[in-house]
Formats: sequence, C-alpha cells, structure tokens
Amino acid sequence: MKCVHAVGVMAIFISVSGLFVTAAEREEKSIKAEIKIDNFAFTPTELTVKAGTTVEWVNRDDIPHVVVSDDKKTFKSKALDTDDKFSYTFTTPGTYSYFCSVHPKMTGRVVVQ
Amino acid sequence: MKAHSKAGLIYDHNHDGVDRRGFLKCMAWAGTGALCVMKAGVLRSASLSGISGATAGTAGELRFVQISDSHMGFNKPANQDVVGTLKAAVEKINALPQAPEFLLHTGDISHLSRPEEFEAVEQILKSCVAKEVFYVPGEHDVINDDGAQFLERFGKGSHGAGWRSFDKNGVHFIGLVNVMNLKAGGLGSLGAEQLEWLEGDVKGLGASTPIVVFAHIPLWNVYPQWGWGTEDSAQALGYLKRFGSVTVLNGHIHQTMQKIEGQVTFHTAASTAFPQPPPGQAQGPGPMTVPAEQLRQLLGITDVNYLRGQQALAIVDSKLG
Repeated sequence: MKCVHAVGVMAIFISVSGLFVTAAEREEKSIKAEIKIDNFAFTPTELTVKAGTTVEWVNRDDIPHVVVSDDKKTFKSKALDTDDKFSYTFTTPGTYSYFCSVHPKMTGRVVVQ
Repeated sequence: MKAHSKAGLIYDHNHDGVDRRGFLKCMAWAGTGALCVMKAGVLRSASLSGISGATAGTAGELRFVQISDSHMGFNKPANQDVVGTLKAAVEKINALPQAPEFLLHTGDISHLSRPEEFEAVEQILKSCVAKEVFYVPGEHDVINDDGAQFLERFGKGSHGAGWRSFDKNGVHFIGLVNVMNLKAGGLGSLGAEQLEWLEGDVKGLGASTPIVVFAHIPLWNVYPQWGWGTEDSAQALGYLKRFGSVTVLNGHIHQTMQKIEGQVTFHTAASTAFPQPPPGQAQGPGPMTVPAEQLRQLLGITDVNYLRGQQALAIVDSKLG
C-alpha cells in the first residue's frame, strides 16, 4: 500500500511541476510592456521590446487620446478615455512610429528586436 | 502692445522664439473682460467696465456670439458639471443688452463624439435667444468616425469635412475645419482641398467686404509646442490679404487671447467647460483644476458686434461668473 501511495505522490508532483513549466513558457511567449500616457506625452517615448511582445498603452490623462501608427494602418485604438487601455502585439522586428491622432504633437516609437 | 488683465497675466510672444516683428499685439486673458477694437489700423483697448456702456448703447449692424469647447461628457475634477456651465453661458447670452442674431460654436462640442453628447448641446442651445447656430468641429467631435456624425448633425449646407461660408448683413463668414487628417508631429491642418475651396470662395468679393473666419484650432501660432497652431494657415490668410477687415475666431486653447496683425484680428474664446493653462505654464495643455469658486471666472462667451462704416468688429469676452 505504502509503495502505491508513494508512486501516487510522485505522479502528482510531476504533473504539478509540468504545469509550472507550461505556465512559465506561456509567460515567455506573451511578454507585456506598458506605455503610459500622461500630460500629453507617451512614457517611455521610445520602447525597445522583443518580437512577440504585447505593448499596452494606458491613458492617465483627463483628456481622451487615440494611439495610431504613423501609417494609420498597422494599429489604431479607439478613443481612450481616462484609464482606458489599448494593446497591440508586435510580431515582426522593426521600428514602429506612432502618434496621437487628436494631439499629433504626441509621438512615440516602439523598436521591435 | 499688450492688453493687461486685472490679474496682470500677460503672455509675451516676443520671448517665445518666434519672430513677429512689426506685429501689433493685444492679449486679453480669460475672464478679464478686455475689449480690443481696431479702427483704421489703430488699436484701442479698454476694460469691459469702461466700454460696456458704449457697446451696449450702440445698436450694431450685426451682433453674434461665439461659444466654444463645451466638451459635453467631460466629468473630471476640472468641471464635473459641464451641463451647468453651458446653461450658464446660454443665460449670459440671453441677458445681453442686444440679442445676437446667431451663434458660432468653434468646436469640441462633445468630449468623445458620443451621440448623446451632441444631442445634449443641441438641446441646451435651444433655450438660447439666438436660434441659428453654425458649428465647426473640434478634434473631440471627429474622434472615432472621422467626423461622420458631426457632418450628419451640423454639416447641412457645408462642403468637404464641414467647411462653409455665408453672408450676414454684408459680412462674409467662413467656417473652416482644421482637425482632420492630422499628421504625426504636426499641427492643425486645413488641407489642399479646403484651401482650394477657400481661394475660390473669396475670389469674387470686394476688398471692403468684412471677413469673419471661424475654426477650432487657432489659425496663428499661439504655442506650437502644444499643437496650438495650424500648419497651413499662412496660405489661407494669404487669400484674405487684400481685404480691409479680417477677424479670425478660434477656440481649442480654453482661454482668451488676441493678436492684431495688419488688418487681421485673431481672437480665441474661452471654453464653457474648463480652463487650460497659459502656454508653457504647465507640463502639458490638459484641463486646469482651479478652486470651485474661481471656475466660472475662467469660462465665458465672446460677444461680437459689427458696425457698418466703421470697419470695426468689437469683440467682448464675458466670464460666466
């Protein structure tokens, strides 16, 4: 009986550690980075990330902003009111310049490696 | 030349790195009630208390009121009752000694281009003595749909993104749209199509026709670092160079400011919703929260009176509180 019990515990241990590995791998695949919008500026203004990173913009201003890539095609958020968020996953290396379409003096760049 | 407010707030454009030699300037700050009148190239300014009798007593040929930046839907600490302050603006207009013939709304009618926000402003303005309202959009009015809703509600009789012209009592009014197709790093923009329309619109007019231009973003470089200017405004103003009297009315910066350049008077109106900081006086141009009892002193309406034969448009800013 004892022997069977030990095998059972071992089996549970293996499956739990297997879960941990899977979770860690998942974490690796969806790295997140945040860009804060505050005082009519993107912070950081330039962000460097690995390919596959999901970048999240969060608006901390009392005024709505719209995040849009310079080409106006790659990504474009809806109007982000205070505390609203917008995410985009960068899969291809390159430099992505973007701005706020309602306050175009606000500009930023995401460099994807 | 500078107009002094009671609070002594002055912004001197000579020190902002932009060369404006030869320009006559008259800055009137929010809530100061300053008046600037240009007659035959001579700038005269006086406090509101000193001139109110004169303007009230003179029956103008044409009187209209500009309101701006009502930001319906805004509910942050800078003003949690934009409905109440817009209603106060209407009461102010209704109490003027001479009723205005119509209103100009220079944009940011809504805060987030929501249908209910546009609807609320239209409903509140129905209680105004002046029934006719001409709107141009602000960037907040075209935020999710490139201005489709704005055009549907307010664009009747307009061209393109909502630009238009009309005549009232011999004065030619031109409403321009400078909040569309903005480019990264840029300022407000009129665009080639609108400029071409403008050139054609004024072609047949005599040089003595008084011109009033209204648009959301200032058509002069108030503070480009904060986007307070329009990149192709010089071309637009070039088409108006031959006219003896040009008045340019804008909103966007939520404070009153005036500049005279040759025969052109530039004027920005206060918001009816919340104030913004003077150029460069804060980290950014966001809403400025002031003590509740001061708020209505920084919001207002702009009353404009045209007197035929005097080649003068009198512009009076009145605060709400």
